[in-house]
Amino acid sequence: MVPLWAYLLVAAALFCLGMYGVLSRRNAVAVLMGIELMLNAVNINLVAFWRYLEAQTMNGQAFVAFIFVVAAAEAAVGLAIVISIYRNRRSVVIEDVDIMKW
Amino acid sequence: MSLNEFLSNPNLLPWLVPVGPLLAFFIIMLLTNRARLIPATSPEYGGHHPDYEGMLVPVVSEGSRLVSVLVGLLGILTAWLISLRVVGDAFSVAHLGATVRNSTIPWLATGSTSFNMGVLVDPLTTIMLVMVPLACTMIFIYSIGYMAHDPRQSRFFALISLFAGAMLTLVVADNLLLLFVGWEVMGLCSYLLIGFWYEKESAYKAAIKAFTTTRVADVIMLLGIAYLYAETGTLSFRDILYNEEVLQHLATTPALLLGGAGLTAAGLIGIFLIIGTIGKSAQFPLHVWLPDAMEGPTPVSAMIHAAAMVSAGIYAVIRMYPLFEAGGSPHAGLFTSPLLLLSIVGAFTAIFAATIAVAQNDVKRVLAYSTISQLGFMMAALGIGAYIAAAFHLITHAFFKALLFMASGSVIHGMEHGEHHVHEHAHDDDQYALPGHAPMTLPAHSADGHGHDSHTDTADHVPEPHTEHGHHFDPQDMLNMGGLRKTMPVTFITFLVGGLSLAGFPLLTAGFWSKDEILADAYYGLSHGFGPHALVFVLLALAAFLTAFYTMRQLGLTFMGEPRTPEAAHADLGQGLVSFTMTLPLVILAFFAIVAGFVGVPPEFPLFGAIFSPEHNPFHHFVIYTLLPEMQAEAPPFNWFPVLTSFVVALGGLGLGYLVYWRKPLVAGEPDPLVAFLGPLHPVLKNKYYVDELYARVFIAPSKAFARVASEVIDRGLIDGTLHLIARVATWIGDLFKVLNVWLIDGVGDSIPELVALFGAWFRRIQTGRIQQYLLLVALAAILIALIFAASSGMLVQAAP
Repeated sequence: MVPLWAYLLVAAALFCLGMYGVLSRRNAVAVLMGIELMLNAVNINLVAFWRYLEAQTMNGQAFVAFIFVVAAAEAAVGLAIVISIYRNRRSVVIEDVDIMKW
Repeated sequence: MSLNEFLSNPNLLPWLVPVGPLLAFFIIMLLTNRARLIPATSPEYGGHHPDYEGMLVPVVSEGSRLVSVLVGLLGILTAWLISLRVVGDAFSVAHLGATVRNSTIPWLATGSTSFNMGVLVDPLTTIMLVMVPLACTMIFIYSIGYMAHDPRQSRFFALISLFAGAMLTLVVADNLLLLFVGWEVMGLCSYLLIGFWYEKESAYKAAIKAFTTTRVADVIMLLGIAYLYAETGTLSFRDILYNEEVLQHLATTPALLLGGAGLTAAGLIGIFLIIGTIGKSAQFPLHVWLPDAMEGPTPVSAMIHAAAMVSAGIYAVIRMYPLFEAGGSPHAGLFTSPLLLLSIVGAFTAIFAATIAVAQNDVKRVLAYSTISQLGFMMAALGIGAYIAAAFHLITHAFFKALLFMASGSVIHGMEHGEHHVHEHAHDDDQYALPGHAPMTLPAHSADGHGHDSHTDTADHVPEPHTEHGHHFDPQDMLNMGGLRKTMPVTFITFLVGGLSLAGFPLLTAGFWSKDEILADAYYGLSHGFGPHALVFVLLALAAFLTAFYTMRQLGLTFMGEPRTPEAAHADLGQGLVSFTMTLPLVILAFFAIVAGFVGVPPEFPLFGAIFSPEHNPFHHFVIYTLLPEMQAEAPPFNWFPVLTSFVVALGGLGLGYLVYWRKPLVAGEPDPLVAFLGPLHPVLKNKYYVDELYARVFIAPSKAFARVASEVIDRGLIDGTLHLIARVATWIGDLFKVLNVWLIDGVGDSIPELVALFGAWFRRIQTGRIQQYLLLVALAAILIALIFAASSGMLVQAAP
């Protein structure tokens, strides 16, 4: 059987990949994709912990289901904002959207 | 209490006597005197051309003028009717004097006692209430005509109403303080009325002179009142003067001042009060204001000289006479110091003023000095104990002097009328032209903005013109008159009656009987060898002689002969209401100037005594009960010597005047024969013994010099200097504080927000607006927090092995 730490390692690698994408990509759509990766890394953690530590209850899977819903909604809202920004600025480069500053 | 109660109760009725005129004053002042200010140069303004640049003058509308006159007249008529009722009631009281009409109210509570204000009707008040309202009413009627063209007639009626109200208050007062109130209000009114034509510099100066001169005396009088109150605890006339005990107490207490030299409290109080009267009744040495008071409108002169002001002074001494007599008895040759003061001042003033009157050329000034002289008669009479004679002369004098003043006012009015006529017809009739009045100078005068030329109606003119502005005609100068008997017959006859009464023309006139009574009293004392009586007798007889002379001179110069100027030839009062209101009072007063004397004829006098005094002298019999029974002196027994003296001085003076001025009247340009006769004495008399100049040098110049020193050294140097120093120090300290404030407090206060702003400006750079930067920081912070959390919870330690 695959040990728990292997799942956690995969999840951590995925999280780091996602975070790298969020922090370094200039395209807003890519940033959103990075966020999806981070969310899924967390999902893997949750499912793995549930399976190895609390297999009797369904709380890990239920959490993950909620996160899928929130992630879908977040992707919809986020993409809508990106489209809106694009219509206004003709750009999806995240550094161009910096009017909220001193 | 209802009005009805006041009217039906004879004790309360006297309260109402002064109410009418006082109310009239307030109504006119507050409601009907609607004046608006216009420049004096406006053709609407018909009064005096001001002596000051840029002065605005008030002008009232015709309606306001009419209502004011009516209100004023109504006020005085009310007072007169109520007075008549009071007098009628007083005559009906048995033994008036022992019983009186009296009503008081507690006015001021002073500890356990209270000071009462009230009214009193005793015989003395009664005779004053016969004279004062009558004379005032006549003066009011006269003023309607005299002031008819004055732009401030409303104001005039208000002030003269207040004047009359104050006099009536004084007359009905039952205590010295209320008397003093009336006294002072009259002082104010005389100030306002003498300076009524305040555009004239001379008028306002005369007003100030009158006010300050009487003020000097009033302050001393107030001292006397205060001393009397301190000594007796009351100021009520009845409690002091009709009370043997109080008088005895006052006569035996040594005075505060000079008590060691034998002066009693009564004596000192008396002297203080007499000094008050010396100011008010214009006796030497405070007589200087009265001749200058002629600057006021003539009805005011009549008011001051006859009905009110100066009579009030004499009334006050007659009223307070028992106090002066306390401790002495002039009929037995025992004179107290106030009585000596009265007789000496009175007799001296009588002769002093009479000599001045002889040399005056101003028609009103002659009368002014004659008033001073006649008041001296009354003072002297009181000084020798001739109480009744003084009161009698006060009444008769009021009638004929009011008459004389109003008649002289008519003369002046007529002269101005003539002057106006001459202006209009300057080129028509220059046969009267004199070097000083050349017709060619008149148009030039007409063009200088003088009020007269704005009128087109010949009856429309102002009472008295100014005498400046290059115009030399003086309508009051008797040398400019002459022959007025033809154009002003009523004025002439009434003036003649008044003049003869003043001169004491024997048997027929009031003045004769009252003067004769004074001389009879004086002679009676003289025959007993009393010094003051002798002094009074001789000086008064001389003064009476001079009085007759200058009266005749005045009559001759004014009315006889041919007109000496074109103005005099055209002098008349015109027709209509103005003329009527100015002659009616003259006629009525002329009647009283004759008959008023017949109430005081000595019973033993041949023929006249039998007709007018079958039982006793009615005036004497009535008034004497004002005094305590112990003080009621018998009238002196009839003696031919004083009567013959009266005859001789009156007829002698009149005869001399007749010879000099009447039989052969002055023609134009002829000098007054008096100038040659008196020689070097004439300028002295004409200049009133230089008393004004003396006062100017002794009092006015030093006080001006003192004022200058006070102003420049003390005020500007010392007081202002000190104040400026204080101000400078304060400013300096303030500057210091200001520096401190700016530097320290503002510095600290401003630096704190500046620092905050500086930090904010630096710190805001963290807000880049780049979302990834924020996220990076969040991530770093999260890692950091996680590490700290792990380190503090010991996780790392557990994991390490």
